Amino acid sequence: MSEVLVVVEATKEFGVKKVTLEMLTLARELGTPSAVVLGGAGAAEALSAKLGEYGAEKVYAAEGEEIDGYLVAPKATVLAELVRRVQPAAVLLASSQEGKEIAARLAVKLDNGILTDVVALAADGTATQVAFAGSTIVKSKVTKGLPLVTVRPNSLNPTQAAATPAVEQLTVSVSDADKLAKVVERVAEQKGSRPELTEASVVVSGGRGVGNADNFKLVEELADLLGGAVGASRAAVDSGFYPHQFQVGQTGKTVSPQLYVALGISGAIQHRAGMQTSKTIVAVNKDAEAPIFELADFGVVGDLFKVVPQAAEEIRKRK
Amino acid sequence: MNIVVLVKQVPDSGADRNLRPDDNTVDRGSANNVINEMDEYAIEEALKIKEAHGGEVTVLTMGPDRATESIRKALSMGPDKAVHVVDDALHGSCAVATSKVLAAALGQLNADLVICGAESTDGRVQVMPHMIAERLGVAALTGARKLTVDGATLTVERQTEEGYEVVTASTPAVVSVWDTINEPRYPSFKGIMAAKKKPVQTLSLGDLGVAPAEVGFDGATSAVLEHSKRPPRSGGEKITDEGEGGVKLVEFLATEKFV
Repeated sequence: MSEVLVVVEATKEFGVKKVTLEMLTLARELGTPSAVVLGGAGAAEALSAKLGEYGAEKVYAAEGEEIDGYLVAPKATVLAELVRRVQPAAVLLASSQEGKEIAARLAVKLDNGILTDVVALAADGTATQVAFAGSTIVKSKVTKGLPLVTVRPNSLNPTQAAATPAVEQLTVSVSDADKLAKVVERVAEQKGSRPELTEASVVVSGGRGVGNADNFKLVEELADLLGGAVGASRAAVDSGFYPHQFQVGQTGKTVSPQLYVALGISGAIQHRAGMQTSKTIVAVNKDAEAPIFELADFGVVGDLFKVVPQAAEEIRKRK
Repeated sequence: MNIVVLVKQVPDSGADRNLRPDDNTVDRGSANNVINEMDEYAIEEALKIKEAHGGEVTVLTMGPDRATESIRKALSMGPDKAVHVVDDALHGSCAVATSKVLAAALGQLNADLVICGAESTDGRVQVMPHMIAERLGVAALTGARKLTVDGATLTVERQTEEGYEVVTASTPAVVSVWDTINEPRYPSFKGIMAAKKKPVQTLSLGDLGVAPAEVGFDGATSAVLEHSKRPPRSGGEKITDEGEGGVKLVEFLATEKFV
């Protein structure tokens, strides 16, 4: 079977991201998964065991300052060379900012079609995408070149399939044209031990109804009790209650967790765009007419400052 | 500094949006078409740079005739002129072909700086800045929440999942911006009146030296096979808190095995 290239997303703190494991699981349906690690020195060494657990038969690695010190262009160059050499059955990347950007450059380099935000991919290359804020389901196909696809996190359940991958170091020869956008600093911001927003199986979000930044502790407490990530509506972010990288909605992140808890969020179309494909939705809002209740599998009309502490207490009791 | 802002007309994301049943493209005929929201932040950023450093701001749009409305709206915020790439053969173009056309137009405009929104609200594909930069052989600084211009040096702060990165490049470059970068101005009455008289140049594929077969459905590198509406969610149980709301909420979570 042909190789399927899976471009690995990982963080220094948590290692291989869940979306990568989803892609490896998907790749096994399409051919033989090969993971591609594009990162800092030693990245592949640290990640290969985990990649093997999910079926990576091979790990290609391109590492070092030449790769990691610039925005995506060197990564796309190395990946394009690899694609030309191994002629894979498909190339899968995460539907993250970086995944889409690498895929964008690869598409131009190879004059190849590209499909983003894919939630399923059949063996014949037919992809399923969710469009227009989750309201439309689209079946599409790359018609020129190989299936070059970015996969949306939380699209499938990763399953293990042990393999012992050999690591192959790729020769990195990037041109000056790939080194135009230099990363001069990487700053880590408060994160804690919570799962990443787009990958979390539980997301607890707060909106304007939370009232102020300090009160977001309540949202965080419930998220921690449920093992979830914290999100925020645009209204909450614009009011300065919570940082922008946690914004869920049309101009923020799209999430699709097993459980989405909306606290003090009215459910404007802008917010719904980012969360309405969640499996189960629960809402607390004092306005019985709030549109969020049209989506909620379970809704509580009430004061979140009474309902949420009581719920937190009840969860603690049951633990 | 010669700045070009990419503007896309999109169906209003606050209303129902559809794909056309006949050719699977975005239904623009029955939609309320507006400027892509993120592009207003790009225009604002361009105007601020012009105000601080001098130069000229040009709006570049590829789209059908009716995109003129969005071009006038963009001009009413303050840009000097616009270029509208319009050609019947463009209908049905994929992202790869679109980037080819925009890169060809930018090649004629000699921009020092191209600014665009980080994504459009219709496709949310996010690929255009890097596709264009790849074709033009210039830097792409994407996802900016802050942009500083110092002579020919651009410095961008870009949000990442772990925090943020500081990235630098020299002009010419493409910069894409999120809505955290500024607060777009509202067009003034004077701005709206002035926009009616600002020059809008139209360019066809022939003017750009792009063959019709390279774009539209003929040149597309991907195809939509079919589409359907997702069944709308229906609300489930809704209770009013009478002192036990939190407990009942957890009971629901327990039956769904989240607790």
